[in-house]
Amino acid sequence: MILGALDQFQDGLRFLFESRDSVAGGVQVGGSELLPLLGEHMKVTLYGTVLATLLAVPLAIFLAHTGRGAFAASSVANVGRAVPSIAVVLFFSAYLGFGVTNLVFGLTLLAIPPIFTNTFVGIRQVDTDVVDAARGQGLSGLQIVTKVELPLSLPLIFGGIRTSFVNVVATATLGPLVGVVTLGDPILSPGVYGAAGQLGTAILIAVIAVAGELVFAGIQRAATPKGIRRSDPGRARRLGRRAQLRASSV
Amino acid sequence: MDAATLELRNVSKQYPGAAAPAIADLSLEVEAGEICVLVGPSGCGKTTAMRLINRMIELTGGEILLDGTSVHSRKPSELRRDIGYAIQQIGLFPHQTIAQNIATVPKLLGWDKARCTNRVEELMELIGLPQEMAERFPAQLSGGQRQRVGVARALAADPPLMLMDEPFGAVDPINRERLQNEFLRLQAQVRKTIVFVTHDIDEAIKMGDRIAVLKEGGVLAQFATPAELLMAPADDFVEDFVGADRALKRLALERVRDIELWPARMVQVGDPNVKARELAAQSPTGHVLLVDEGSRPLAWLNERDLSFDKVGPHKGRVASVEVDDLLRDALSDLLQDQVLYGVAVDAEGRVAGILSVEIIAQFLGDQGPGHIEEAAAAADRIA
Repeated sequence: MILGALDQFQDGLRFLFESRDSVAGGVQVGGSELLPLLGEHMKVTLYGTVLATLLAVPLAIFLAHTGRGAFAASSVANVGRAVPSIAVVLFFSAYLGFGVTNLVFGLTLLAIPPIFTNTFVGIRQVDTDVVDAARGQGLSGLQIVTKVELPLSLPLIFGGIRTSFVNVVATATLGPLVGVVTLGDPILSPGVYGAAGQLGTAILIAVIAVAGELVFAGIQRAATPKGIRRSDPGRARRLGRRAQLRASSV
Repeated sequence: MDAATLELRNVSKQYPGAAAPAIADLSLEVEAGEICVLVGPSGCGKTTAMRLINRMIELTGGEILLDGTSVHSRKPSELRRDIGYAIQQIGLFPHQTIAQNIATVPKLLGWDKARCTNRVEELMELIGLPQEMAERFPAQLSGGQRQRVGVARALAADPPLMLMDEPFGAVDPINRERLQNEFLRLQAQVRKTIVFVTHDIDEAIKMGDRIAVLKEGGVLAQFATPAELLMAPADDFVEDFVGADRALKRLALERVRDIELWPARMVQVGDPNVKARELAAQSPTGHVLLVDEGSRPLAWLNERDLSFDKVGPHKGRVASVEVDDLLRDALSDLLQDQVLYGVAVDAEGRVAGILSVEIIAQFLGDQGPGHIEEAAAAADRIA
C-alpha cells in the first residue's frame, strides 16, 4: 500500500522531467511539453497579482489616509473570504467569455481583498502620534503618505501581496475550465495525462506556491524599514494575520 | 531666526454640534523670547488653544497673529515649518535615524545636505547627546533621550516660535526635573518664543515667564507672571488650582541670594572678646559667628563662650544653606536642622549672611496680606 503510493509519487515526479505518450496515445505530454503550460500559468498569475496590487494599494492608501472607508475595507475582506474562487472565475466567464481576459479578471478579483485589507490596516496602524508629529512639522498630506505612512506599512502590504500570490497560483489551476491551458490542464484531464500527470502537476504547483511564499517573505523582510525591523521573522506574518482579523471585526 | 511675538485676539473655537465652545474669546499676548505656559485642568482647552496656533485645528472666530501677520495668510504646511512642534508622545519617525528625524524640517525647507548635517551635529551637541547616536533609530534610545530628540527636531530649522504640548509629561519625575532644567538652560541660549502646555501647576510655575490659567470652555481665568499668580489669584478657581501651598510655591521662585539676609557678625580665633561681645549684642540672634581665615563658618558663640579676654578655638555645628538654593529648599533645610536661622554661604563656602525663618516669613508678608493671614491661621492650627 505504502510502496504503491511511493511508486505513484515517483511516477508523478518522472512525469515532470520526461515527456511520454498521452493515455490515448499519439500526443507527447509531460517533461518539456509542460513548459507552455507553466508559462501560461505564471503569466495569468503575474497579471492577476500585479493588476490587483495596482488597483488595491492606491485605493486602500487613499481610503485609509483620509480615514474613510473602514466599512468598505471590512466588507471587501469578508466578501473576499466568503466567495469561492471557482464561482468568481466561472461567473465572469458568462459575461466576458472564455479566455485569458476572463481568467485574469477573476484572479484579480480574488487577489484584491488580502492586498486591500493589509494595505488599509497597514496605513491605519501607523501610530497616530507619529502622523500628528509629521503634520505638525509641516509635511503635506502627500508627504505624510510617501515618507511616513507608506514606509511603515510596507511589511504589511507585501504580506498581503504574498497571500494573494499564493492564492492566485493555486487558483490559476482553474484556467482550463474557461479555456486557458494552464498547469490545471493535467489535473483536470487525467483522461489525457494519466494519474502520473495529475499528481506530478499538483506537486509542481505546490512547489511554485511554496517558492513564491519564500520569495515574498524575503521581499517583505527587505522592505521592512531598518528602524522597525525585528530579528523575529514570524512577526510580520503574525502582524498580517492580526491585521486581517482586525479588519474583519471593524 | 529671531523670536516672534504672538498674539491671540478674541480667538474662539466652536465644534459643529457642540453646545458650548471649546475656546471662548481667548486673548493673549506673548512677547518675543518669552515662555507662555497654558495650564488648566483636563478639558479646559489648553491643547486646543495651542493647536489653533499652527492650524492643526482651525479656529472659528478671532485672529492669531505671528509677528503681526495672521497665521491664516499662509498655507498650513508652510506655516508649520516655521513653528517648532513637540508633543508628549514625541512621535519620532521610527523608520528614520535620529539624524534624519532631526533634519525633517530642514529637508522640507530644501536645505542642502552639508547644511543639514552641520545642523544635526549642532543640535546633538545642544541637547547633550553623543554624535554617534545620530545614526541610531528611535527604538534604540531611552525615553529621556527620545524626549530630547523631539525637542531638537522642533528646534531644527531655528523657528521663531515653538509649541510644546506636555513635552516632559511621559518621563519619570527625576528625569522630568532634569529635562526641565536642561530645557531652561537651552532656552536661555536660544531665546525662542514658546507656548508650553501642561496640566501641572508646578511645572507651569517653574517653566513660565507668564502663565495663562484656563478653565472649562477655554475661558482665560488669569494671565500673569508666576509670582503674580501665586500672590494674587484672580478668583477662587485660580486659587484652588494653584493650591493651598501657594506660599511655599512662591518660595520656589526665589533663591537665597534674592532676598535681603541679616548681616553676619563674625569673629576669628584671637579676636578680643570685648569686641566679640559687642557684636553679639548687636546681632539679632544674640550670637557671633566664629569663622576661619577663609571666612568659612566654624561655630556659633554666645555670651558664655566669650568670657575670657580672647576668642578661643571652638567646634560646633552650624546649619548652613547655599545662596544658590531655592528659598523653599533652604527653609526645608532649616526646619530639618530644627533651627530658626542658618548661615548662608556662597559656592566657595564663604559666609554671605544669615538666613532666618523670620526673614522668609517677612518676605512672604511683603508679598500681600493674604499670606500673613494664611500663615497665622496655619500657626494657630498647629498651636
